[in-house]
Amino acid sequence: MSAFAALLRRDLRLTLRNGGDALMVVAFFIVAGALFPFGVGAEPAVLARIAPGLVWVMALLSVLLSLDRLFQSDYEDGSLDQILLSPQPLTLAVAAKIAAHWLVTAVPLMIAAPVLALLLSLDPALLPPLLLGMLLGTPTLAILGAIGAALSLGARRGGVLLSLLVLPLYIPVLVFGAGAVAAAAAGEPFQAPLMALGAFLLAALALGPWAAAASLRQAAQ
Amino acid sequence: MHRFANPNRFLRLARAVFPWAVGATVALLGTGLYYALFASPPDYQQGETVRIMYVHVPSAWMAMFVYAAIAVASASALIWKHPLADIFARAASPIGAAFTLLALVTGSLWGKPMWGAWWVWDARLTSVLILFFLYLGHMALLNAFDDPARGQRAAAILALVGVVNLPVIKFSVDWWNTLHQPASVVRMGGPSIHPDMLTPLLLMAAGFTAYFVVTVIVRIEAEILARRVRAHRLMQGG
Amino acid sequence: MFRALEFALRPGGALVLAGRNGAGKTSLLRLMAGLLPPADGTLEWNAAPLDPDAHRARLRYVGHADALKAALTVRENLSFWSAFDGGGDVDAALAGFGLSAQAEAPARFLSAGQRRRTALARLLLAPRALWLLDEPGASLDAAGTETLSRAIEAHRAKGGMVVLSAHGTPPLAGYDTLDIDALSMSTS
Repeated sequence: MSAFAALLRRDLRLTLRNGGDALMVVAFFIVAGALFPFGVGAEPAVLARIAPGLVWVMALLSVLLSLDRLFQSDYEDGSLDQILLSPQPLTLAVAAKIAAHWLVTAVPLMIAAPVLALLLSLDPALLPPLLLGMLLGTPTLAILGAIGAALSLGARRGGVLLSLLVLPLYIPVLVFGAGAVAAAAAGEPFQAPLMALGAFLLAALALGPWAAAASLRQAAQ
Repeated sequence: MHRFANPNRFLRLARAVFPWAVGATVALLGTGLYYALFASPPDYQQGETVRIMYVHVPSAWMAMFVYAAIAVASASALIWKHPLADIFARAASPIGAAFTLLALVTGSLWGKPMWGAWWVWDARLTSVLILFFLYLGHMALLNAFDDPARGQRAAAILALVGVVNLPVIKFSVDWWNTLHQPASVVRMGGPSIHPDMLTPLLLMAAGFTAYFVVTVIVRIEAEILARRVRAHRLMQGG
Repeated sequence: MFRALEFALRPGGALVLAGRNGAGKTSLLRLMAGLLPPADGTLEWNAAPLDPDAHRARLRYVGHADALKAALTVRENLSFWSAFDGGGDVDAALAGFGLSAQAEAPARFLSAGQRRRTALARLLLAPRALWLLDEPGASLDAAGTETLSRAIEAHRAKGGMVVLSAHGTPPLAGYDTLDIDALSMSTS
């Protein structure tokens, strides 16, 4: 467990020292989301109708954009070899890296989400299902993305490849995340989609670090 | 030389099977098409359009079957390091993608008269579309590295991740479809299959499978020979 | 990449890998570390097939890359690896490679030689039976090379083993050489 804590602490410290990186993702989230009123018109009813889906798509893309660096710098500077050669279980190290990534990207996104929701005229009463969904859904996005990041490590055009690999796998989270908000907007109970997100998270937690660890091992060969 | 021992045995077997597979493809697709186009009745609701089903449904089946086969091959490539399993996955992926595309195109052609639009987000068509995306990712990853072996290992893991995710994707697309769409009057594939439709459907499915065997043998053979040429050149180069 | 390569290493032994660029010195070291699986053949420890988990706990690998984070100080870099690998004496490692004065400097301000010394200081964090060093002397000055050879001497005196690749004269005395080009062993 101390290996987990050590790697988590190192990655958090690195993000803090390289300050702007995490905020850049939040800025992208807001700026890209704010493009839509220019595209579809600023009529509040139209915006409110599509806002849940837009916030979710933007959150998903923001997580994805920041993920291609998840293992890249460790891969380039030789740290990955050392992590692979440590007597500690690799799944633990992978879990620590994913947790650090989630803390520095998804948590700021959740804080910024109400702002984007406001810009897109989303009814404030719908914020609880949106944020609860993000709380349950974004860790799954980070785990699936970590598998993709490990698989595309060292590839030509890694970033585009990562999107191609991971985006189809993100569809269930998008469906139920936006679905929870849509259900709440229709006055229906939204517990069921949130529970689906929770179930995905449990499955991803059980299988994801293991798959990402296997991908990392073969990437170092 | 033990790496070539298995491919050699495969090549002998493949050359024995190949003529039979070609024969089966021609015979099954021939009779299947006859039944599909002439010997089966038009649907009482869909009319002659229903005949597109005889290409669409087997294509969709093949799309899933080939993906499952790639996943099984990938698992054995990762566990037993079987060189043929990697070659099979590389050979089968574009064929599976082609079946998926065929299912999408025929679905769209069927949709125009039935729904009045070239594309409707029908639950089954949507699942096939996502399967197509998974194939695109698999093929891209296979060829994304300068070292082909690296691409094969990565693609093998991706195929397993994809196959675990497929039921989840199917489940969420079905849920999404009931949430956002009023139930469509005519569902893709019809409410139930009439026995008269079953004969051509099964014949066509068997024909598609035989065709898959033929193309996959050709592609595996080509890949094995290409590897030998590469190995030979490297040896001569010193 | 290699064929018909067979060698053994005893406690206190040292093996120097020689050969032209691209001969496979790095690959052989990575193979011995367990980062690369052998296409054929086996690696053994005490005449038994190697158990990868136990193997990782008894080796230390220093590759071409220094595995340093530019934004962290020298001490933070070493502290991280010692915490991650399950403990070690950071101060002793810093002192052993003459880095005590630079301990609080961010790694981005280090010279190439200092970076190399920081990477090598990982060797002293905790005792490991086998050191695998890929061109450890690269970018070290005379004093740095001297420190390295003393560290290797002390390691071998305690029964430790070392395998290293070297371009010119290796920084140690009394070793076996494996010439990968000629596939021949010699002792000097």
